[in-house]
Amino acid sequence: MSYSDISVSHLTHHYGERTALNDVSFEIPRGEIFGFLGPNGGGKTTMFKILSTLIRPSKGKAAVCGFDVQTSPAEVRKHIGVVFQSPSLDQKLTVKENLHFQGMLYGLYGHELMHRIDDILSHLKLSDRAHDEVEKLSGGQQRRVEVGKGLLHYPDVLILDEPSTGLDPGARIDLWQYLLELNRSRSITIVVTTHILDEADHCHRLAILDQGNLVALGTPDELKHEIGGDVVSVIANDPEKVHRMMKEKFGNNISIFEKTIRMEREDAHRFVPQLIEAFPGQISSVSVSKPTLEDVFIHRTGHLLWNDEPNGET
Amino acid sequence: MNLKKNESPHSLWREIFFPAYSLWMRELIRFFRQRSRMIGVIGSPILFWFFIGSGLGTSFRSNTAGGTNYLEYFFPGTLLLIMLFTAIFSTISIIEDRQEGYLQSVLVAPISSGGIALGKIAGGTSLAVLQGAIFLLFAPLIGIHMTVLKFVVLLILLVVIGFGLTGLGFLIAWRMDSTQGFHAIMNLFLIPLWLLSGSLFPSTGAPQWLRIIMSLNPLTYGVSSTRMLLYDLEWDPSSSFLFSLIIVVAFAVFVYAGSIFVIRKKSSPPKTDPPLAEAAVLP
Repeated sequence: MSYSDISVSHLTHHYGERTALNDVSFEIPRGEIFGFLGPNGGGKTTMFKILSTLIRPSKGKAAVCGFDVQTSPAEVRKHIGVVFQSPSLDQKLTVKENLHFQGMLYGLYGHELMHRIDDILSHLKLSDRAHDEVEKLSGGQQRRVEVGKGLLHYPDVLILDEPSTGLDPGARIDLWQYLLELNRSRSITIVVTTHILDEADHCHRLAILDQGNLVALGTPDELKHEIGGDVVSVIANDPEKVHRMMKEKFGNNISIFEKTIRMEREDAHRFVPQLIEAFPGQISSVSVSKPTLEDVFIHRTGHLLWNDEPNGET
Repeated sequence: MNLKKNESPHSLWREIFFPAYSLWMRELIRFFRQRSRMIGVIGSPILFWFFIGSGLGTSFRSNTAGGTNYLEYFFPGTLLLIMLFTAIFSTISIIEDRQEGYLQSVLVAPISSGGIALGKIAGGTSLAVLQGAIFLLFAPLIGIHMTVLKFVVLLILLVVIGFGLTGLGFLIAWRMDSTQGFHAIMNLFLIPLWLLSGSLFPSTGAPQWLRIIMSLNPLTYGVSSTRMLLYDLEWDPSSSFLFSLIIVVAFAVFVYAGSIFVIRKKSSPPKTDPPLAEAAVLP
């Protein structure tokens, strides 16, 4: 029997009339990097808040390291490190002071605490900024301090809510390198919520949440494989018309999102010439690609991940 | 991965005093790092002295109220007025912590709500008592007899009073999500609280209904106990020293308990995502 760090069964949560999570169940074994992928409002943040004991679920059960989030939140809190989407650092204090006060909240003190702070700062490559006030650090550096805050008490599970929020691509890569190394060296379980595809690709397994429902669960490769073939995207001068005609000719499994006609085909390399011959002069570009997680999302939910929220990153 | 060896032994320490110390120290560091706040806190008692000494002092010196001259009468009330504002407005930091996100990580830490309340209230109390102490240093200037012992005893009393006032601010601030709202509520609260505390005029000359309100105002007992200690009196027109002291201590305990209650209190589920602030806290 493998030991699960997080075990969620039939979890449901309502905010008044609105259902934020609907009968969600899954297990996360020790040492896994597990991601919740979904659009804003999909239920990721609610899941994050329940697992980090900030809200109590309306129905169902969630346990972290064997402790129920409803009946023993204090035990759960000792075992988790939490990194919030919005900053939680005191801007007026130095990096070291922030970590120091955080450590004291977890009952750490003295040499042990100092040792841990130095250790974490050197891993985060921030030793030279230890005595700078947080407000003088770049966004990427601040985010690393946030992660450091969550690790001071050596938690078994690190829970991060949209960890790349506000980071440029370079800083995002650095952050993930650190998380991956942390996962390898300490076999710490990492749980992230995200709506960024390349971030989701780092995860060992993914749960796709849409409108409160768990619509898919598996490794990124498994999920992509179920698409069965390649994704063909077509840009046409009159997309609506071409879409209609394509449906007549090639079947119903063709969708259109933001003026791009999209279909999944196993025989894409043979299909493309047929397609171009069928609509001479009407197609401005055709591309064939391996399925991405975005395609998985569309496949499962019938709509785009970004939907009405194209700039979720702030 | 679970290193137990350097965790402090007793849960009382780990869940209340450590976190309280952490929050309190942070408050003080922030204060000493923001020069404008320091100028305000240290400057205002000095300014008060300057104006009272040069204005009120000469015009009221011959008037008497409650057996002492007016300046002497006015002194304890002014002391508490200064502390009242600092104590209560220091709790704005709770609203700021919530808005700036700092509170989030406090709320997911395995600490007791008693620790959160103690740390935040102790922060405001320290600033208020610091101001009170500066103000008290000038007491000999108006002929108040001051010894080291008396100064220390007075400071202890001011700690208890300051704790009660900061706690009152905490109770109100915890549920608020904007500093503007807090200012509005506090102004509604603060001025009557101070005016009807015996700071400005004694209850003896007031009409019956006003006297009842004044006797229900906890600050009345803070003012009277301070006055009695300052002037070595055993009683004040409004009450005896022991009674005042009991009320002052009881009020501090009451607001502390109330603060723990508001932190623990779970909010009714809102329509939209609740801010982290409204999340439940450990019992």
